[in-house]
Amino acid sequence: MRRDRSGLAAILPLLWLALFFAFPFLLVAKLSFSDTALAMPPYAPRIDWSQGLAGLEAFFAALDGETYARLTKDRLYLDAYLSSLRIAATGTGLLLLIGYPIAYGISRCPPAVRQALVMAVILPFWTSFLIRIYAWIAILKPAGVLNAALGALGLPPVDILNTETAVLLGLVYAYLPFMVLPLYAVLEKQDQSLIEAAQDLGATPLSAFWRVTFPISAPGAAAGALLCFIPMAGEFVIPDLLGGSETLMLGRVIWTEFFANRDWPAASAVAIVLLATLVAPILLFEREQAKVLR
Amino acid sequence: MDQGADRALNGRPQSPRPQIGGVRSSFTPWEDPAARPLVRFEGVSKAFGDTVAVKGADLSIYEREFFALLGPSGCGKTTLMRMLAGFEAPDAGRILLADRDIAADPPHRRPVHMMFQAYALFPHLRVDQNIAFGLKRQGLPKAKIAARVEEMLALVKLEGLGRRRPDQLSGGQRQRVALARALAPRPRILLLDEPMAALDKKLREETQFELMTLQQTLGMTFMIVTHDQDEAMVVADRIAVMRDGEIIQVGRPAEVYEAPADRYVAGFIGDVNLFEGRVSAAEGPLLRLQSADGQFDAEGAGAVGDQVWLAVRPEKIAVHTEPPADARNRLAGVIHDYGYLGDWTTYLVEIAPGRLVRAARANATRTVERPLGCGDRVWLTFAPSSAVVLTR
Repeated sequence: MRRDRSGLAAILPLLWLALFFAFPFLLVAKLSFSDTALAMPPYAPRIDWSQGLAGLEAFFAALDGETYARLTKDRLYLDAYLSSLRIAATGTGLLLLIGYPIAYGISRCPPAVRQALVMAVILPFWTSFLIRIYAWIAILKPAGVLNAALGALGLPPVDILNTETAVLLGLVYAYLPFMVLPLYAVLEKQDQSLIEAAQDLGATPLSAFWRVTFPISAPGAAAGALLCFIPMAGEFVIPDLLGGSETLMLGRVIWTEFFANRDWPAASAVAIVLLATLVAPILLFEREQAKVLR
Repeated sequence: MDQGADRALNGRPQSPRPQIGGVRSSFTPWEDPAARPLVRFEGVSKAFGDTVAVKGADLSIYEREFFALLGPSGCGKTTLMRMLAGFEAPDAGRILLADRDIAADPPHRRPVHMMFQAYALFPHLRVDQNIAFGLKRQGLPKAKIAARVEEMLALVKLEGLGRRRPDQLSGGQRQRVALARALAPRPRILLLDEPMAALDKKLREETQFELMTLQQTLGMTFMIVTHDQDEAMVVADRIAVMRDGEIIQVGRPAEVYEAPADRYVAGFIGDVNLFEGRVSAAEGPLLRLQSADGQFDAEGAGAVGDQVWLAVRPEKIAVHTEPPADARNRLAGVIHDYGYLGDWTTYLVEIAPGRLVRAARANATRTVERPLGCGDRVWLTFAPSSAVVLTR
């Protein structure tokens, strides 16, 4: 008798997720229900194991949602939250507009050229992310490369460093490969005879694109949008380096709460709220995927 | 093939003019000099880089004809069809549709629709939306489109499946959706690119007959590309046999089979035995041939001294267990191997060391008094009218 061992293969990913996702998530969730305290680490309650079961009970009794209530009272959190979603949504929109033509163009190249272009899209990853963002500072700063170029062309200089424009520029630049690759994957797979069939049946090349190529590539666009939107909403480094004090994003709020205010519960609560909002589009996407597969 | 007709010829009580093949057809517009072809290829050539796909193809296809392009893969038949659909542009020559050069028309403006080899159904659209695709591009009103879609679903016997997606259909059903989608906008000519390649044998045979019936009831012009000679023989009014980008012969299935233009056509369509030799005498319609395998008489045209090949189909060779009285076109040999196919048995007869001749016998009765086996001594004969003299 052979036993069904297909479950065995799932153990490793489950173990990984338990160790690096579920456990830290529970830690943060617990933190968000705690209170700040002048202690090391700076929160209470902590489980007093010497009391045994009674200590555990006391611990749970001390947890409360007071931090969350605090989040709703201060406009700053709501503003940061909304501005994060807005910037991430704008960035995702721009990425779709820029990434789709790039992915489409690559997918229509001869196979050898395609390989090279895909490599070129991934190539920036070979340089440190931080260095690349610092390079943008050098480009965008008032006496930077951009203004030098504009001046040489006789155009007036622009001052966009430390603005939302700079943040969007940085986001689009950094996340482009995450948009291009999933789009390329679906476009490259697409059967060329579908386009021919559409044209054969009277569709102009443009109409064939909108009625056949584009709808079939929608899952790739959705995957790319999710891959970009979720990390962009919580992005810290890019708004911190390129956005200055003007740009309000949750990533920076979390950082400030943790390191400047030493308010670990508030930072955790903000992180949990962000996570909860991001789970919604993921579930939505999963449902759409299931519909397509069915 | 009708064996009776062939045997009557052997006895030779000359009927007015023997017709090729066992089928009489009244549809022969290509024999009418006044008929205007629907599609004309005039000296069409196409090369991809260094590879010549089509070389100076001349072809006329008539209204209501079922025309087959037959050849092995890479012979240029698909390229020829794709040039008519507009997906490839000829390097030289013209393609005329109803007497008009269509070189400047892009694919979406040609009233020519194609059924693709892998069907190319739109995976994101339902069956009815797939069929409606071409109708919508014509800008027909909604009600008309819906009615036509229903009509097409009924035509291909897929009523009630309109709301399914292509991936919820079987291979045979998908093939019919592809057919309905291409037929719906009423093309002047329907192109079928290996339409039955993905079907199993039984379904393929059924579909061949369905396709013929459909073409006749609709009164439409069909052009099929296939590498399957049986398929071409069954469905087509005429067949163009292609090799290396050239059209070798165009003719009715029986003509291509019974009067092949050269050794290539003879060998590509059906099985054939070839005897290479020289003409030693010519009297009337009969030629006498000297070959390494013996001396043969055959009907044909040629002059003394010409190098020719005698092509004899296996089913035209009779197998005898006793030496027949008529010594003409007689070969003696030993059965080397045989293949029992149910309806036919094919015998491989060794007439000289290493020289095999193929003879086929219809199993017209269930029991045979003297069954043949390997090693049996047999005599083969064929009538002079059953062999074809080929000069190429």
